Amino acid sequence: MSAHNLEAPSPGSPLPRLATLSPQAGRGKNWLARYNASPAQAIALAAIALFLIAFLIVPLLRVLIVAFTAPDGSFSLVHFGDFFRTSLLREAFWNSIYVAAMTVALASLIAVPLATILARFHFRGAALVHTLGVVPLVMPPFVGAVAMQLIYGRNGTINLLLNDTFGFRIPFMEGLNGVIFVEALHYFPFILLNLSASLANIDSSMEESAQNLGAHGFTLFRRIVFPLALPGYVAGAALVFVKVFDDLATPLLLNVTSMLAPQAYLKITSVGIADPQGYVISVIMICCSLGAMLLSALTLRGRDFATTQRGGGGLSRRHLGRGGTALAIAFVALALLISLSPHIGIFLLSIGTVWSFAMLPDAYTLAHYVTVYREAGPLIANTMLYCGLAGLIDIVLGATLAYIVLRTRLPGRQLVQQVAMSAVAIPGLVLGIGLLRTYFDVKLPFSGESLATFWFMLVIAYAVRRLPYALTAATAAIQQLHVSLEEAAESLGARKLGVLSRIVVPLMTGGLLAGFVTSFATAAVELSATLLLVARAPDAPLSYGIYVYMQAAAGRGPGAALGVIAVVVVAIATYIAFKIAERERGLKTRELF
Amino acid sequence: MKLSRTLLLAAICALSAPAAVAQELENKLVIVTSFSKDLTTPFAQAFQKKYPGVQVEIQNRNTAAAIAFIRETKSSPPDIFWASSPDAFEVLKKNSMLTKYQAKAQGIASKVGSYPVHDPAGYYTGFAASGYGIMFNTRYMRANNLPAPKEWDDLKKPVYFGHVGISAPSRSGTTHLTVETILQGEGWDKGWATLLEMGGNFTQVSDRSFGVPDAVNSGQYGLGIVIDFFGLSAKASGFPVEFVYPSVTTIVPANVGIIANASHPKAAEAFVEFLLSDEGQQILLDPKIQRLPVRATTYAKAPAGYPNPFTDKSLGAKVNFNADLSEGRYELLNSLFDRLITFRLKELNAAWKAIQDAEKTLGANANAAAKKLLADARKLASSAPITEKEASNPTISGAFHEMKKGEKPVGRQAEFEERWDSYAVKSYAEAKALAEKALTAK
Repeated sequence: MSAHNLEAPSPGSPLPRLATLSPQAGRGKNWLARYNASPAQAIALAAIALFLIAFLIVPLLRVLIVAFTAPDGSFSLVHFGDFFRTSLLREAFWNSIYVAAMTVALASLIAVPLATILARFHFRGAALVHTLGVVPLVMPPFVGAVAMQLIYGRNGTINLLLNDTFGFRIPFMEGLNGVIFVEALHYFPFILLNLSASLANIDSSMEESAQNLGAHGFTLFRRIVFPLALPGYVAGAALVFVKVFDDLATPLLLNVTSMLAPQAYLKITSVGIADPQGYVISVIMICCSLGAMLLSALTLRGRDFATTQRGGGGLSRRHLGRGGTALAIAFVALALLISLSPHIGIFLLSIGTVWSFAMLPDAYTLAHYVTVYREAGPLIANTMLYCGLAGLIDIVLGATLAYIVLRTRLPGRQLVQQVAMSAVAIPGLVLGIGLLRTYFDVKLPFSGESLATFWFMLVIAYAVRRLPYALTAATAAIQQLHVSLEEAAESLGARKLGVLSRIVVPLMTGGLLAGFVTSFATAAVELSATLLLVARAPDAPLSYGIYVYMQAAAGRGPGAALGVIAVVVVAIATYIAFKIAERERGLKTRELF
Repeated sequence: MKLSRTLLLAAICALSAPAAVAQELENKLVIVTSFSKDLTTPFAQAFQKKYPGVQVEIQNRNTAAAIAFIRETKSSPPDIFWASSPDAFEVLKKNSMLTKYQAKAQGIASKVGSYPVHDPAGYYTGFAASGYGIMFNTRYMRANNLPAPKEWDDLKKPVYFGHVGISAPSRSGTTHLTVETILQGEGWDKGWATLLEMGGNFTQVSDRSFGVPDAVNSGQYGLGIVIDFFGLSAKASGFPVEFVYPSVTTIVPANVGIIANASHPKAAEAFVEFLLSDEGQQILLDPKIQRLPVRATTYAKAPAGYPNPFTDKSLGAKVNFNADLSEGRYELLNSLFDRLITFRLKELNAAWKAIQDAEKTLGANANAAAKKLLADARKLASSAPITEKEASNPTISGAFHEMKKGEKPVGRQAEFEERWDSYAVKSYAEAKALAEKALTAK
């Protein structure tokens, strides 16, 4: 590759790069310059690759190897042939695709209007609505399932009410359509978060220019708002698709087994079954997820979403008329009510005595909170520590990787990105087994404790499995950020680090925040890897505490109380994060006016 | 200073006899368990009280995670595995992850009903038993005008269509034993006919044992086939549920085993002995635990009406349980049940619904042609694709085992599964068609 290659348009940017004019071009002898990268960036990419090899690839291969092993121990693809010869699995495959695609559609119906209303109009308590919009992601294990059935189930609150008044029931929780309904309620925040971050990055002057040129209403939306917000929407929608495709909890909750994730899970976790099909399905799910992510990247290919504007402030806010306000409030309230009803259910469970075949609990009590009072402290502290660290690791790795992928041409960067994304499809149990297998015999210095059962391994497991969320969010944020902003700063003499800290990071705040919040919120209720890796009760996070209670009828109330605590902890952390972001945005806007 | 410390130690030893025993034990005991807190906490506390020198650490994991954890931590594993499902212990035993231990405690029955309490090879020990039965939500039953069931056969009645739940035998070792008992008690063909006809009424086959009581407690569905303490403890916690033992029920043991290369073997042995001691057995009577002691004399302290398999012969005594037969087809049976019922529940429901509706409409007036069609439909919807002999034939059941060294593979699980799955889909569809045809048969 010769130096003039630098002048070729970089991916994602139709403009000729100014890189040749930047100070970097002066260091032409540096071999890294060929890749438009600095030594620090190369080292960072290598470090991320090492992290992924150590904590994702090696552990995973050690478990998934059986998928490629014939009964006599030799390498073979016969099990993959079996997969496609098995009609149940073929059916499961198409069901998973169908459910994932339909969920994206339904989740968009909730998330897109919500995000637009929040970004476009003056709305009191927008941070609160944003926070409540994240809460559906926090579905505590078991408790969430019970609450969901008590609200939407065949004999849940709503159906009992409908049946008593009108004499019919709606099968919210039955079959594939039930899965789509529940998944959409659960995962629409992915779209909401990423789309909101994108919308917040659109500059109102873009809109104003368009309006000056005569664009209004739908044209304005179609020509300006929609294209500029597309990276965020696609990022969110792709995550929803992949997450739903790989999601296990909801099909199990609804007892739908004709999908890939439950088929893999049932095979892998059934005691004494040596069948490799479970691992084969896992491999196929990973491939499909990667395919879906690639497809989403293709939809954005060849377009430029970056604006050279300051990138903050968001759409120009409008005041709604009285009717409009009422309509907007009604929509927001309805969407939140529907999506938060499981959480209302969890709350009722936690303060109810007995709730059985009834619209509401029989009586109310605080006894369950008293029961969990003593142990809740350490559980909360552990959850905050583990998930906070995991979220931080994710945004640091995610943003660095996204930046390297979009701004440099270092070899292997896309491979590293693909590997990181594949984590989204990996069942927690598989990663947990892999980590134990790889690191149990590695002893920590001083204490002699095994690295695999050391609490930090949980942080790593959470971080690895949630890295795709942060990576997707960061990628969307950088796609909106025009490279010329950085180049301008560099040509004015700013160092790389200065550019990062003064230009890139501040302009990405929204995306980073979305990444952190999704990683943190979903890690807070992770159970499968947790159950495998927690070695001592004092190290246990909230999800473990919930599991322990939910194994007995009497534990339902206390389990729900811990569930409420988990939701509140995540909500508070999210609210603080949004408040910080809002203030940042306010500062930016003021500086520029 | 040194002297006084020695004196103090001597004084402590002299003061408490158990402490003297505890001195010989290690200072720690790590237990991996799938039991709920309600069961583990009282035992751990009582044990700790008896042996204050031993610090008990409980790791709660579901069965799959527990087995994986023990397998992956071979170099320094936990000490005790403590759980219900016998299959989990069998897996550990087959992989040499358990230590043989012959309990010293006297007065422990070797059989409860006709079920062996302990592993004959001595790798794990039964410390409690439980019976299987039917739990139902009384509010749900009233609202849907359902009669209370008494026997297993009641669950075949059309009135219970869509109201019954069970956990899959592949997911619950105790349900597996119940299914196996039905097959052994009634014979393979008749047993499958019972299971499939009952299966026609299932609304759910849960992937975890506790999923069934959970759903019945909430009133999601009305009746569940569960182990007794799920029903009894839910009732004790105030849920509007009842539990009945059918006149022929199965007894399933709950076990404890010492893990191979345990770091604290003496403490582990002391724990096993403690579970079997009169003191430990009495803890089982706790209303939140409600399991059946394996020490006959403990029942003297039980409250009135507590089920006692040693005096009540209907509890698990009728079937002469053949453990070898069960072991030979263990994995195969799990897979077969999943193919025929769990994964094709919708199709099975549809077939039986059609049969039930046709029988109801035609009643006693059915003509010969209709009767013939209905009989054929019933046969299709209630037969297994393989015979009992085939199920025990190693060339078939071998495909479901983990290969040992030197063993020859006989076929792949996936191949058999595909065959059974298409059999199920086809038979159920045909059964449905025949039943519908019977309505218009002349």
